[in-house]
Amino acid sequence: MGSRSRKSKYTTVSIPVTLYNRIKKLIEGTGFANVSQFVIYVLREVVVEYERAKEAEEPFSEEERERIIEKLRRLGYI
Amino acid sequence: MVSRPHGGRLVNRVVSGRRREALLAEARELHKIEVSMDIASDIRNIAYGAYSPLTGFLTSDDYEHVLHDMRLSDDTPWTIPIVLDVSREELGDVREGDDVALTLGGEAIAIMRVEDIYGWDKEEHARSVYKTKDPAHPGVRKTYGMKELLIGGPLDLIKEVSYAGFEKYSLNPAETRVLFKEKGWKTIVAFQTRNVPHLGHEYVQKAALTFVDGLLIHPLVGWKKRGDYRDEVIVAAYEALIKHYYPRDSVVFSVLWMQMRYAGPREAVHHAIVRKNFGCTHFIVGRDHAGVGNYYGPYEAWDIFSEFPDLGITPLFIRESFYCRKCGGMVNAKICPHGDEYRVRISGTKIRQMIMAGKKPPETMMRPEVAEVVLRFKNPFVE
Ligand SMILES: [Zn+2]
Repeated sequence: MGSRSRKSKYTTVSIPVTLYNRIKKLIEGTGFANVSQFVIYVLREVVVEYERAKEAEEPFSEEERERIIEKLRRLGYI
Repeated sequence: MVSRPHGGRLVNRVVSGRRREALLAEARELHKIEVSMDIASDIRNIAYGAYSPLTGFLTSDDYEHVLHDMRLSDDTPWTIPIVLDVSREELGDVREGDDVALTLGGEAIAIMRVEDIYGWDKEEHARSVYKTKDPAHPGVRKTYGMKELLIGGPLDLIKEVSYAGFEKYSLNPAETRVLFKEKGWKTIVAFQTRNVPHLGHEYVQKAALTFVDGLLIHPLVGWKKRGDYRDEVIVAAYEALIKHYYPRDSVVFSVLWMQMRYAGPREAVHHAIVRKNFGCTHFIVGRDHAGVGNYYGPYEAWDIFSEFPDLGITPLFIRESFYCRKCGGMVNAKICPHGDEYRVRISGTKIRQMIMAGKKPPETMMRPEVAEVVLRFKNPFVE
């Protein structure tokens, strides 16, 4: 059986105090409530770019592509 | 380049050939669980990759993350829990690790590996997903009517299921992806709808289309609440609109079999993710998108997107439009300087009332060809 209700889970990573202060200053008056929120946002934005670069091309075989094109023709899409 | 599937890989859980024969035979021996049409549509969307990266119904770990973090346990954005509810009686002596056959009308359509059996708190679910516990909300009401256990795990589709009557328009994600490539489209904007089109819809679609290669008009078919337009009316209305007012080589019309949940902001993100899997790069988010009653603020469905810098599809927030007699066309508040005396507000509710009374909405609200098609139906609304 699954776990009971819970809140979001977090863990700690370390960043230099100088960077922390710099970010803290940067986010003053923005929608970010704290440094952690900003760091999470920026990391997700960057991580997804790295993941995208690692991903393979479309997974269709040539045969499957032909079959799909045939169907699209039959339905009048092309 | 059309958009990457959500989570990086287009899921394909459709079994064919010899393996299908074997699984069909196996299904006869398995414990059977009968599913509803709504669940059948989820099964189909999982199998054909519309819900990529999901390979099955959520297990408890993913479920909890979706509820509280709006993400799967691997941090992929995911806002609507795709769950399979069962009663203890239906489950019988099925244990975690067992395979079951999911049946529709008694016929096995999928085999599912039950990885997880778990209880759930419906009120907490309602509060998280719908932001209300009010049973008057159609999504909440449906939630409260669901069974006491959820089962999660991967599935394989062994029998084609479709929403009768719309086969011609039911393209799968692999098919739209190939189609967009064949057309040479690199940027595609998707328009989600559950309405017959009025001039306001046409305006936002064309405003978006001006800046991208192609437009996918993608209405939902399947369960909707009372008073919404019936699926065949929506399809017929769009056929008329496209025929008379859209360039054929810049628009694709296809339907998506998926229930409406009326979960407002969360569902707006879900709608975007699904269209990303169909290969779209942009998604039009309406004012009060997927909303109902007064449960959500008018722009909540826009604001929520700021929480997903890693969504992988660009939301387009297009202002409400209206007809201006002075400008002589559809405009919005940012581009029209004229006062209210010139402006004709297009209200879906007003149009609905006219149609109910058998009256043709004026041409400043709806194309006459569309209005005629809608009025031809004896009852255009869900009862
Ligand atoms: Zn004007």
